[in-house]
Amino acid sequence: MLYDIIILGGGPAGLAAAVEAYDEGAQNILILERDLELGGILNQCIHNGFGLHTFKEQLTGPEYAERYINQVKEKNIPYMLDTMVLELEDHGDTKIVHAINQEQGYMLLETKTAILTMGCRERTAGAIGIPGYRPSGVFTAGTAQRYINMEGYMVGKEVVILGSGDIGLIMARRMTLEGAKVKAVCEIMPYSNGLVRNIVQCLDDYDIPLKLSHTITFIDGKNRVEGVKVMQVDEHLKPIPGTEEYIPCDTVLLSVGLIPENEITRDADIAIDPRTNGPIVGELRQTDTPGFFACGNVVHVHDLVDYVSEESVLAGKGAAKYLRGELKTDANFETVNGEGISYVVPQHVCVDNLEQDLTFYMRVRNVYSDVVVNAVIGDEIIATKKSRKFLPAEMVNFKIKKEVLEKYPDGKITFRVDPKEAKK
Amino acid sequence: MKKDITCISCPLGCQLVVEKKNDDYIVTGNSCKNGIKYGIEEMTNPRRVLPTTIVIRGGLHPRLPVATSDAIPKGKIFDAMAIINQVVVDAPIQLGDVVVKDLLGTGIDVVATKSMPKVS
Repeated sequence: MLYDIIILGGGPAGLAAAVEAYDEGAQNILILERDLELGGILNQCIHNGFGLHTFKEQLTGPEYAERYINQVKEKNIPYMLDTMVLELEDHGDTKIVHAINQEQGYMLLETKTAILTMGCRERTAGAIGIPGYRPSGVFTAGTAQRYINMEGYMVGKEVVILGSGDIGLIMARRMTLEGAKVKAVCEIMPYSNGLVRNIVQCLDDYDIPLKLSHTITFIDGKNRVEGVKVMQVDEHLKPIPGTEEYIPCDTVLLSVGLIPENEITRDADIAIDPRTNGPIVGELRQTDTPGFFACGNVVHVHDLVDYVSEESVLAGKGAAKYLRGELKTDANFETVNGEGISYVVPQHVCVDNLEQDLTFYMRVRNVYSDVVVNAVIGDEIIATKKSRKFLPAEMVNFKIKKEVLEKYPDGKITFRVDPKEAKK
Repeated sequence: MKKDITCISCPLGCQLVVEKKNDDYIVTGNSCKNGIKYGIEEMTNPRRVLPTTIVIRGGLHPRLPVATSDAIPKGKIFDAMAIINQVVVDAPIQLGDVVVKDLLGTGIDVVATKSMPKVS
């Protein structure tokens, strides 16, 4: 059987892409999911705050997932659970997906297109190289989240959290509610990497100290964590001698960043952007290899699932358009990250493929107030994004009208942070 | 009385200033009407939705996610946890099934936030 679309991952990105591709007329869709159920990471994100943009109400992660799972089931879109994709092969009009599960064994599945929605995974203790022993009691925040919320294991009683990413903040509250004492959240940067509402609701509500410009310099304990040494860092992020503080604890949670999971993508020679660690994509999330699309956290790490869903609709539309032979391939614009911007998605734009306005997603490098983000072609500012505050933790979504893009000759769009008065 | 509050009605996180003038509360720094509502509530009667888990038997996982169907007073969160942690249910469970009725006399229920079919 030749599938029209195989979707690699049944998390929020894969589900939204599947639903949209189906609504756009694609047939023979198959979702491959490695876990025992659909929904991906949302299943362990039991906290509320999802769906404010998409559904205009506050949902928990499982509720948000279930809305999409129900749509997939109503449309009878097939899916395989407990199934791991090992490899992708590109043979032009046909792709071969190598996948394996216990029932069907090793499968070679043929498809016209594939949408990559593998998500991301957490950076680990090894990735940041904390000195000390390797006792039990060191977890990534997401692993602890799964243990507590899905599998029913409490991971510790006295906790220090390294990194103020959203999962770390959410887990500070969760551990507190379940009776643990969270002694501190240490963040090496002078600002938090988490959303403001999470700092308020997860730390401030429970009087958990957030130590900015602090890091763990030593993990103590041979069999089980017994404590951590915490030090203040200078502007070069180097620990300042004399600031050592020993905090006794039995558990260390790490919330030190997420990495898009692209081993399969790299093996298939799909071009990766070193700024995002995800595939280079166009306006409909087409990769540089025709017939492969990508969306969600595998492309760039989002802070809100609503934006993942929004982006995945584009990939679903793109794949359906490709199947109908309507996807144009000549890009008009390349996007460039200018001053103060660390990356921009999509990396290129073909205006003809746009149905309506296009949203560019980007992150700023620093905490800024009294600035704007400008989109610039040549010397001309074509659009301006205003906000009272720009934070690295909060993805900037910058919508530009199709009519505006159509007015300019092909070339580069540079996104940059400008002082407010620079705008004419 | 004046209080700085970070609005958490949405991801914008507006920095509100709530001020009590006579019997009125004046909210500034908000960018929508939710900010006014949140600022005044946070000053007078802070409430939170409480998401947590309960024990489930016969489901895919040993824990079922649940949440209060509406925000409960912030001061009652730990009392609420003590009650919710006693609850045990059996699969199958449908999203929205009530697992605790009228939590602590608040009139607010605790409901399942996920459907979990029975697995053999």
